[in-house]
Amino acid sequence: MQDDAALLSISGLRLSYGATEVLKGLDLEARRGEMTFIIGPSGSGKSSLLRCCNRLEEPSAGRILIAGEDITKPGANLNRIRRRIGMVFQSFNLYPHMTAAGNVRLALQKVLKKSRSEADAIAMAQLDRVGLSGHAHQYPAQLSGGQQQRVAIARALALEPAIMLFDEPTSALDPELVGEVLKVMRALKDDGMTMVVVSHEMRFARSAADQVVFIAEGRIVETGPPEQIFENPQVQRTRDFVAQAEH
Amino acid sequence: MSRTEVFLDTFFNAAVMRQYLPDIIDGFFVTCQIAILVVVSGLGLGLVLAIVRSFRISAINAPLIVFVDVLRSLPPLVLILILYFGLPNIGVLLSGYIVLWLVLTLVLAAFAEEIFWAGILSVNAGQWQAARSTGMGYLQTLIYVILPQAVRLTIAPLTNRTIAITKNTALGMVIGVGELLNQATTAQSFAGNATPMMMATVAYLILFVPVVYLGRWIETRFAWKHA
Repeated sequence: MQDDAALLSISGLRLSYGATEVLKGLDLEARRGEMTFIIGPSGSGKSSLLRCCNRLEEPSAGRILIAGEDITKPGANLNRIRRRIGMVFQSFNLYPHMTAAGNVRLALQKVLKKSRSEADAIAMAQLDRVGLSGHAHQYPAQLSGGQQQRVAIARALALEPAIMLFDEPTSALDPELVGEVLKVMRALKDDGMTMVVVSHEMRFARSAADQVVFIAEGRIVETGPPEQIFENPQVQRTRDFVAQAEH
Repeated sequence: MSRTEVFLDTFFNAAVMRQYLPDIIDGFFVTCQIAILVVVSGLGLGLVLAIVRSFRISAINAPLIVFVDVLRSLPPLVLILILYFGLPNIGVLLSGYIVLWLVLTLVLAAFAEEIFWAGILSVNAGQWQAARSTGMGYLQTLIYVILPQAVRLTIAPLTNRTIAITKNTALGMVIGVGELLNQATTAQSFAGNATPMMMATVAYLILFVPVVYLGRWIETRFAWKHA
């Protein structure tokens, strides 16, 4: 089962909040350079799954390997592991007291211990990559939602992660701002970034995803290429969800 | 003398002013000195306590919360009298100056801890998650991401509380600290005239009105820009 090209490999993942089990034993692989799209009804555990992958949530059982390293083993150095895993949040979570450049710079300086000028150069390059070099010195409140999310992406990219996790990156955006974020994500994919995306953007999934994973009630119902999941789902539950979501 | 003259003679007597101005100035500087020391040590200690509390170690937090609640409940004067008149009985002799500084520092620290703590709690959890997911440690996240926001949220209550407690430097009068109020009451009884008290009033305004404005300025200065 272990695929050499699997950058992220999850096996037997369980997560409980008290007596409620939200993830009920998941196995999943995300291959290097591919975009894995996770879809499913709200409350199905999609975001929880993603948050286990950088241990913002503590799995109750199971193993998660990233680039061959077991991030769930006891005594794993979380801060070192998290540097390699970029995360983008639904609500952006930019630091409001720092400029766009400051947001990107912070971890470069405090975690990677880069000098101010070095960090600044990287920040400018990453902001340029998401098309925001002209907004480097603006504060988050002065930016649109789409711009804020692109800064958040630049902040994660600056640490040169091996994998990027996107937790509903466009759900908090006005419809007209969704496109600019998806465009950045597509460019990342073209650059060969390995990505795991939780999102309701079905049309984007169809055109950009390499693998689509449908989750319901804490279990993986069906996994396959987008053509299979959207055109020819093998499981009734998937069929129902896709039919609903298409509307 | 007309009633106006009696009034002016009682409250704004030029001769009394000239005679006691040096004492009032002495008192003013003692008050300034204690006030600055109390603000620095009280806010500093309060911030440290709030940071310690954020680690949520129950063995530490339980006594910390008791300490904070007790100090917030007691009138500072009670603590001042206990320390100044009680401690010598067990062989601990602290000067009035030290007692005043210590008590006001602890009381300000207790209130400041609660205010900073509330500020830390009111910062969105997403800020922690964002910072931690870039590999920043707990303390780094607290210092660079959470506290700058927490402090901004708390400037208004913090300024109010700081002023309220720093004004209690006047309690030094009852334990013989040569601060402003003590100088003024002494001068008033020697002169048999209320002018020194008016001088102290003006001196207190000179000291605290700028602090009030400073607080307001900081509040506007650090409120982050809104679109």
